[in-house]
Amino acid sequence: MNEITKHAPAPAPTSSAACSVPLAAPIAVLAELTHRCPLQCPYCSNPLMLEKANVELKTEDWQRVFTEAAALGVLQVHFSGGEPTLRTDLAALVKHANGLGLYTNLITSGVLLDAKKLAALVDAGLDHVQLSFQDSEAENANRIGHYKGGHEKKVAVAALIRAAGLPLTMNAVVHRQNLDHLAEIIALADKIDASRLEVAHVQYYGWALKNRAALMPTRAQLDRATAMVDAARIRLKGRLVIDYVVPDYYAKRPKKCMDGWGRHFFNVSPAGKVLPCHAAESIDGLKFDSVRERSVEWIWANSEAFNRFRGTDWMPEPCRSCDRRELDFGGCRCQAFALTGSAGNTDPACELSSNHQAMFEAALADAASGEPNYVYRRIGGA
Amino acid sequence: MEPIKVGATSRIVLPRHVKLKHDTVRDRWILLAPERVLNPDETSLEIVRMLDGVCSVGDIVGTLAVKYNAPSEVILVDVIGMLQDLCDKGFLVSAETVATHAGRTS
Repeated sequence: MNEITKHAPAPAPTSSAACSVPLAAPIAVLAELTHRCPLQCPYCSNPLMLEKANVELKTEDWQRVFTEAAALGVLQVHFSGGEPTLRTDLAALVKHANGLGLYTNLITSGVLLDAKKLAALVDAGLDHVQLSFQDSEAENANRIGHYKGGHEKKVAVAALIRAAGLPLTMNAVVHRQNLDHLAEIIALADKIDASRLEVAHVQYYGWALKNRAALMPTRAQLDRATAMVDAARIRLKGRLVIDYVVPDYYAKRPKKCMDGWGRHFFNVSPAGKVLPCHAAESIDGLKFDSVRERSVEWIWANSEAFNRFRGTDWMPEPCRSCDRRELDFGGCRCQAFALTGSAGNTDPACELSSNHQAMFEAALADAASGEPNYVYRRIGGA
Repeated sequence: MEPIKVGATSRIVLPRHVKLKHDTVRDRWILLAPERVLNPDETSLEIVRMLDGVCSVGDIVGTLAVKYNAPSEVILVDVIGMLQDLCDKGFLVSAETVATHAGRTS
């Protein structure tokens, strides 16, 4: 079997000229229904400039987006936010997407869910829930999310999700201030009967970049965590699937960010902006199109933001002549912008980048800083 | 979720959260799961379609042995290998352990 997304991507196009490769259809869409959220995690993937409730797309706008996305070839919709369960039309949107044959996944903090809301989502055809945890134990988890009682609610909601017959992925974003609890985090995933666990090291753009000194793990922490995940995968084989997202500040080669820019994925913001990745707005000077003005199909093919870094033509050296250029597509554009000032540069996570050493030293300095305090994610907080 | 050891007597099914679906835009059959899309080859697809929660792995192998006029011992090893791999990755489960919508297609 050929796993198309995430771990074993489809074969890359053989030509290096982006314009000569037929444009592939997208596979997945991340629908950020709202930026409103009761939690205030300091590594939130939402932009620093959060969109307010009064600019959010209406139910019929989202339904049109899903209809157009399915027609274009999208197979999976991830309902996300902010906190997507704040949208009172969530079940209606799930039902619409399900009716189109789309695979529906809810990405939630869980703190606003109850048995009644879950039953409505099951009736609407929801396929899967991804529930976030900030730590394995309440005190630190609630400090990270800045939400009293949140962890306890999540544990209770996990049981409701399983009782409703929904499969569960536990998502744990890890960093210096919770990484030493990784063994307990893995045990919690098993205890709440998750079939899948995402151990995702913080990726540093937006809020997380602002909080980098408080979040960056030490090299020793990272090495221990990686070994622990490797051992747990063997120990829990057939019982718990563990996905592991590594922090690239300590890497030698960059991650294949978004599986390549504008290749399989797009993100729709609460107000309808279509982005090649959820952090793309952190890049200055990119022009994004909106589903309020254009169809999804038009945007996928023509939007300047998508075409700017699609394929390999945009690449500078050392990417342009690198034999890995279609394996990692030059890494992460947002990280290149954040750390070098130009999104068109090689991702400094690559050791061939002239900025690589500075990135590595920044990680060491941040990890050693001992900074305990977070800048919490909230409107006006940046 | 308990680990599954696939054998000739196992009855294996698709769990509720894995969907076998025809991808009309790309004209191919796929298995959809959270954050994953599998593109089964013809043989795997044929086997997955036979996972109805009633037939055992041995029954499926018997059917294939007749259809392809091949020794069932050889087929059994291949089928168990393929099903075990998909069980370990969470794409398939034992019919006994989980309430399922077996063979749910769209």
